[in-house]
Amino acid sequence: MSEIKLVDARDTFCPGPLMELITHMKQASVGDTLELLSTDEGSGADVPEWVNKVGHEILSNEKIEGVWHIKVRKAK
Amino acid sequence: MRILVVGGGTGGTIVANNLARRLSGEIRAGKVKITMLSASDKHMYQPGLLYVAFGQMMPDELYRDQASLLESSIDFHVDPVEQFELDKNQVKTKSGKVYMYDVMVIATGSRIVPEQIPGLAEGAETFYSEAGAVKMFKRLREFQGGKIAVVVGVPHKCPIAPVEVIFSLNDYFKARGIRDKVTIKYHYPIGRIHTIKEVATWAKPEFDRMGIEYETLFNVKEVDVQNKVVKSEEDTEYAYDLLIAIPPHRGMEVIEKNGLGEGGWIPTDRHKLTMNGHDNVYVVGDTTNLPVSKTGSAAHFEAEVISENISSIVKIGTPVRDYDGKVYCFIETGHDSATYAMFNYQNPPNLKPPSKPMHWFKMSYNKMYWTSVRGLL
Repeated sequence: MSEIKLVDARDTFCPGPLMELITHMKQASVGDTLELLSTDEGSGADVPEWVNKVGHEILSNEKIEGVWHIKVRKAK
Repeated sequence: MRILVVGGGTGGTIVANNLARRLSGEIRAGKVKITMLSASDKHMYQPGLLYVAFGQMMPDELYRDQASLLESSIDFHVDPVEQFELDKNQVKTKSGKVYMYDVMVIATGSRIVPEQIPGLAEGAETFYSEAGAVKMFKRLREFQGGKIAVVVGVPHKCPIAPVEVIFSLNDYFKARGIRDKVTIKYHYPIGRIHTIKEVATWAKPEFDRMGIEYETLFNVKEVDVQNKVVKSEEDTEYAYDLLIAIPPHRGMEVIEKNGLGEGGWIPTDRHKLTMNGHDNVYVVGDTTNLPVSKTGSAAHFEAEVISENISSIVKIGTPVRDYDGKVYCFIETGHDSATYAMFNYQNPPNLKPPSKPMHWFKMSYNKMYWTSVRGLL
């Protein structure tokens, strides 16, 4: 299993957590897992919406002490 | 102390000038030397490209000689760095020279990479280069009606540009009296029309009022140039007559080749602005991997923190400030009104209604930039 790449997008308004994730997903290889950290309240729903629409895979999605930890696997 | 600034864009130039002024006594005494290495003898005011694309500025208005912007005490060379040898505190340049440093500031910036999306370079107009902006204006000028698609690559410099180009297109075709013959469709990568929630909330009714169509969750996958169709990663597509792209960006090739950061973005401490693992290497502007906007404004505020800290290290042996993520972006909301977004790591922007005075301020800033980059404003 490849190493999990951390995308720390806490406390950011622009470009914002989802845009940061998209940037890192483009740099990643198929099969890579990325973990997004976000303090944006909307990330818990916004990120899975994009991931599912584009056809990647949500591995986990949880909020720990005010921070969303969302693990995504690049599927294509 | 030998201070080496690599890159002569907004961030590098402000750092160098600010340091030259703060450390003028030490420079005169021979205790500090500032050297700048750049790839170009010219400095471009990049935000002006949007105006070139709409025939409101001429390309020659965007440039100054880099040497004319620098304090005379700065040792400036047009000789780009090719090798970074961080373990030896030195760099090697294209001409073969070696420059040693005690402190280095990397300000190499970013570049557009439309070629990463099949068909985009051939099929889309863009205003992120001088040649592109001029070509885009000529295409707009000859456009008599039809469907214009605006698409947005990720990541991109100047995150406000996608909405600004929409407002400018609306005003441009209104002024020509053919707005009713032009369909403008905006495509954006995430699930709302701008990444900043407050900008999205404000812009949506503006788009509706202007009759702008939009599709969100649209990441450009490819352009079928022959059939004039743009396709998304999300399996949707749009047939256009004229395609305008905010192209995707990467950091500079030299950063990638030297293994300093994936995608050309250098891992940077978000408050200290030092390169991770290298306390004597600072990173400014687009070159960082920070989750802040890639804009001249972010580079400007980062540059002030870096120069104040390097200066205080020389004078009292310790840095004095942390970067708080501050960014200030003008938002042109057409050809005669504007607003702005100011935010940092902790505080979201609070958008004010667009006004004519704010547009005039932006027009003034287009000239004041040259004062700003000299480190005076």
